[in-house]
Amino acid sequence: MKVDRRNFLKVLSAGAVTAAVPDNVFARAKKDVPPDAVGILYDSTLCIGCKNCEMACQRYNKLTAQPSDSNNRDFDPYTFALNKIQIYRNGDKTDKESENKYNFFKKACMHCVDPNCVSACPASALTKDEESGIVSWNSDACIGCRYCQVACPYSIPKFEYGAAFPEIIKCEMCQHVQVKGKIPGCCDFCPTGASVFGKFSDILQEAKNRLALPEKSNYNYPVGDLIGKRSKNNPVEKYINYVYGEKEGGGTQYLILSAVPFENLGLPKLPDYSNAAKTEGIQHTLYKGMIAPIVLFAGLAFTTYKTAKAEDEKGE
Amino acid sequence: MSELKPVKGKIFTLPFFILLILSVIAIPFIVKRFMYGLGAVSNLSDGYPWGMWIVYDVVTGTAIACGGYAMAILVYIFNKGQYHPLVRSALLASMFGYTLASVSIFFDVGRYWQMYNIFLPWYSNTNSVMFEVAACIATYVLVMWLEFSPAFFEKPGQEKTLKKINSAMFIFIALGVLLPTMHQSSLGSLMIIAGDKLSGLWQTDFLPLLFLISAIMMGFGMVIFESMFSSVHLERPLEKSLLSKLSGVIPKLLIVFLIIRFGDLIFKGKLGLIFSFNFQSLMFVIENLLFIYPLIILSSKEKKDQSKYLFLSAASLVLAGAVYRFDTFLVGFNPGVNFHYFPSFAEIMITVGIISVEIMAYLIFIKTLPVLPDVKHA
Repeated sequence: MKVDRRNFLKVLSAGAVTAAVPDNVFARAKKDVPPDAVGILYDSTLCIGCKNCEMACQRYNKLTAQPSDSNNRDFDPYTFALNKIQIYRNGDKTDKESENKYNFFKKACMHCVDPNCVSACPASALTKDEESGIVSWNSDACIGCRYCQVACPYSIPKFEYGAAFPEIIKCEMCQHVQVKGKIPGCCDFCPTGASVFGKFSDILQEAKNRLALPEKSNYNYPVGDLIGKRSKNNPVEKYINYVYGEKEGGGTQYLILSAVPFENLGLPKLPDYSNAAKTEGIQHTLYKGMIAPIVLFAGLAFTTYKTAKAEDEKGE
Repeated sequence: MSELKPVKGKIFTLPFFILLILSVIAIPFIVKRFMYGLGAVSNLSDGYPWGMWIVYDVVTGTAIACGGYAMAILVYIFNKGQYHPLVRSALLASMFGYTLASVSIFFDVGRYWQMYNIFLPWYSNTNSVMFEVAACIATYVLVMWLEFSPAFFEKPGQEKTLKKINSAMFIFIALGVLLPTMHQSSLGSLMIIAGDKLSGLWQTDFLPLLFLISAIMMGFGMVIFESMFSSVHLERPLEKSLLSKLSGVIPKLLIVFLIIRFGDLIFKGKLGLIFSFNFQSLMFVIENLLFIYPLIILSSKEKKDQSKYLFLSAASLVLAGAVYRFDTFLVGFNPGVNFHYFPSFAEIMITVGIISVEIMAYLIFIKTLPVLPDVKHA
């Protein structure tokens, strides 16, 4: 047996529950990607920062610029969209892709496989579609408690702090046009194929294929979706050999490739399980079948009854 | 219960009038919030969606209002009947603390007009910690009013009603212990899902246990604090022997709390974060010094019998629990982008207004209903 630091600590603290348990001991089982899940692959090495995706997002989702309604400094207040091109800058900013120069990142809902927001919402206003896996919001259910904002590891859901009758605003992967056979606006209008839409299994395969490409070779990058009607030939950048989103927080349906470290793009380091799995694990252990509360109540009621009766007899 | 009597004296005193003014000041801010949205009065943002109202009014306010819970555990579960004189006043303070916390949720929740959705079976999400907290707190408020209801009927001609209520009282009392056990721990569980957005100094799977223990401690602290305060300001003799005995429970709970708190940090290797010398580490040190002070004082035999030290350690304990809650929900919370939060003047004034209403209601009730022990017999 290899004795690493963790195992050593485990042995040391055999009596102490605290250390003997791995970080996710309470977590319930992981969730799987739905079989017909859809997703978006965002390849930041192809992104030129043109913001066509933001413009398309506004148009597809009928959003008007509402500078007062969102006070998220992370989102440009004058182009109100459900996605946002962010710039990472460093050094002399002359060269794209290299770590100490600059790069773009399109921030949008990651459509987690096991979303914290869905688990957190007390009124089931946020739901994950069982087939497509798209996480969407229901205005009839939402009470506006904003627990989803606390729970989201990427700080994605937006709330209209400037409105008397506010709504939660988030990317729903343009599911209203998907039902008409179209693809999400951000992918449809991306001129370089930085954002491509497809079946989740296909975009994951595409991402892995790209990581295997030799640097500086030429590759026909699909544009829009993976069906391949449109494509653009580009030289291959030196990818970081990792698909962000394959495992993060139990996995996401928005996958990201990059040539600069993912933390430079503002993406958090997350464990390979969802915090929703952990919280639900703890809650459902404590409240399984409401057995513990019922037993506790019975005990309390019995004790109280006895105490109160004894006191009454003393009083009389 | 014959020894409980309304406190003699006028309701409209100068302090009452000041409280009245403070609560009136909050009204225009509340109107503004409903007309122009949360952003018009608060500094809340997409990064810091929860601020003063949730963290003080609900998370801290209900823990401060755990006096009734703590006393019920002692009197009814551990059968310490000698503390009975303190029960009803503690319950009354808890009842208003929780009732006003529920009212303040209406100001904070964005889509308040459909708040009842939480309780509609087709919308309820039993996976949500927030659902558990909401359902428990709502039920507990109702249970506390039922627990307190005999005070309304303890007068001639109402004996029948009183007897009926009292015969079911053991159920309300048992619920009154069960429900805070559930939601005070769940208030801690709320933050587990935030993951690394919450600093390692506070993020732990033990949050529910730590929140539960600290809520009980704050409850005992508040009972001591309230009885000493009312003895000074309402010119009543002090139930000192009772209080100093009561304070014997606190060090035991404190030791358990601190062992879990620091044991967890040490085993996870997060204790080093104390030396990061930033605002978070400073607040961590302040929070824990406030917990350690009552431990030292109340463990000392000669000091815990002196009113001054008893008062100071109770105050320190309640403050410690409050700081622990602010740290877990705000100071330790970092949404990762360039967000900042400090409550706005309007946010603070709305909270001050709510606290004022709470104290005014308490004063009215103790002066009109049998809540506190009669002076002659005490």
